[in-house]
Amino acid sequence: MKPAPFDYVRAESVPEAVGLLRANDACLIAGGQTLTPMLAMRLLRPELLIDIAAIPELHGIRSGDGWIEIGAATRQRTVERSPEIAAAAPLLAAAMPWVGHIQTRNRGTVGGSLALGDPAAEIPLVAVTLGARISWSGEGGCAADRFFEGPMMTVLPEQACLTAMRLPVWEGRVGAAFEEVSARRGDFAHAAAAAQLQVAPDGTCTRIALGLGGVHPTPLALPGIGDRLVGGPLDEQTVRLACADAGDLIEPEDDLHVDAGWRRKVAPGLLARAVMGAGADL
Amino acid sequence: MSRHDITLRINGRRCSASVEARTTLIDFLRDGLDLTGSHVGCEQGVCGACSVLLDGEPVRSCLMFAVQADGRGVVTVEGLGDGGGLSVLQDAFWETHGLQCGYCTPGMLIAAEALLRGNPNPDDDDIREAIAGNICRCTGYGQIIDAVRLAAARLNQRAGT
Repeated sequence: MKPAPFDYVRAESVPEAVGLLRANDACLIAGGQTLTPMLAMRLLRPELLIDIAAIPELHGIRSGDGWIEIGAATRQRTVERSPEIAAAAPLLAAAMPWVGHIQTRNRGTVGGSLALGDPAAEIPLVAVTLGARISWSGEGGCAADRFFEGPMMTVLPEQACLTAMRLPVWEGRVGAAFEEVSARRGDFAHAAAAAQLQVAPDGTCTRIALGLGGVHPTPLALPGIGDRLVGGPLDEQTVRLACADAGDLIEPEDDLHVDAGWRRKVAPGLLARAVMGAGADL
Repeated sequence: MSRHDITLRINGRRCSASVEARTTLIDFLRDGLDLTGSHVGCEQGVCGACSVLLDGEPVRSCLMFAVQADGRGVVTVEGLGDGGGLSVLQDAFWETHGLQCGYCTPGMLIAAEALLRGNPNPDDDDIREAIAGNICRCTGYGQIIDAVRLAAARLNQRAGT
């Protein structure tokens, strides 16, 4: 038994969870796939753990006019297996198998990954790339590109409960691909690239969303590179040329595995591979 | 601090206990119930040795607290055996030398069991994906993949006859 002692309570609603969070030295737990090791290492020593995993309103996948929304406590594995997500948000579906391992996806949640704000994580990268809206308790919310402030830093207020991620649904012929380089499948990304695109019947790219993860203090959308590809064909030469300066748009860091220079070098090729993959996914 | 009364179904048997909130599921299984088949490796969600099935899905029992498993069904490696003998999957690990020191084996077996329940005809990539969250330092993984492939073939043969 490694964590310091704490009390535990299962909240039944978001207001109850937030009320407990405000009144105590507490942490929310849903999947606990990052929180549990942090407790074991005693990096966190809350007096109370508030389990939000059973709150019905935080679960499930809902859709409306032009959007699809995922409740924050929805398990990553549920999203991975969802035919609705595959149809409405193909980039998220393509990214899910890269999130941790099957064992952690069975427990880990969409909201947990967003709230953690790891710059190498897949779900935050998809959120930023597709222009998701992230919501929290008390009618709070913002666009994903304003949500992530830096490594493991978000604008989520300390005593708030993240409630949902809403993604725009693209119409027409849409393809998506997710590419990642890591030491071992399921480990943290040294670099990751995401692409979702829409094409006209003649093969012209009509809409595209691109992003890079693991190579910048936050997940990063690259609309400028996307703009170069809209209106044109998606042949390899065009794509590689459009992505060529991706390394200049990022601020990578060194870590134990790879250095910043490697990340700059790999980013354009990985991004191009994602675009080509998305083009082949139509 | 707080203690909680929990009731779970473990390897098919109903089990009630009082646990401290900070007791992880793996500690509860091993220290509370003497089910020492599941192994404690890294205790931080990296090695997969503590994998168990939670309502049929593989999870890491070091990454959840016993109190979170209240009301759920858990299967440990002890629950895989075939009426006292080895299951087809366990036997395949033995036959292909899918283990040496055996430390990772309970987690590997749980990961493979979950795979074969959902996918009776996995290809090698499916098998690799299924065991990607489990570290083995002896076999080099090749024989583990052989074991799962052999088990799948035998289970299909048995189902077909």
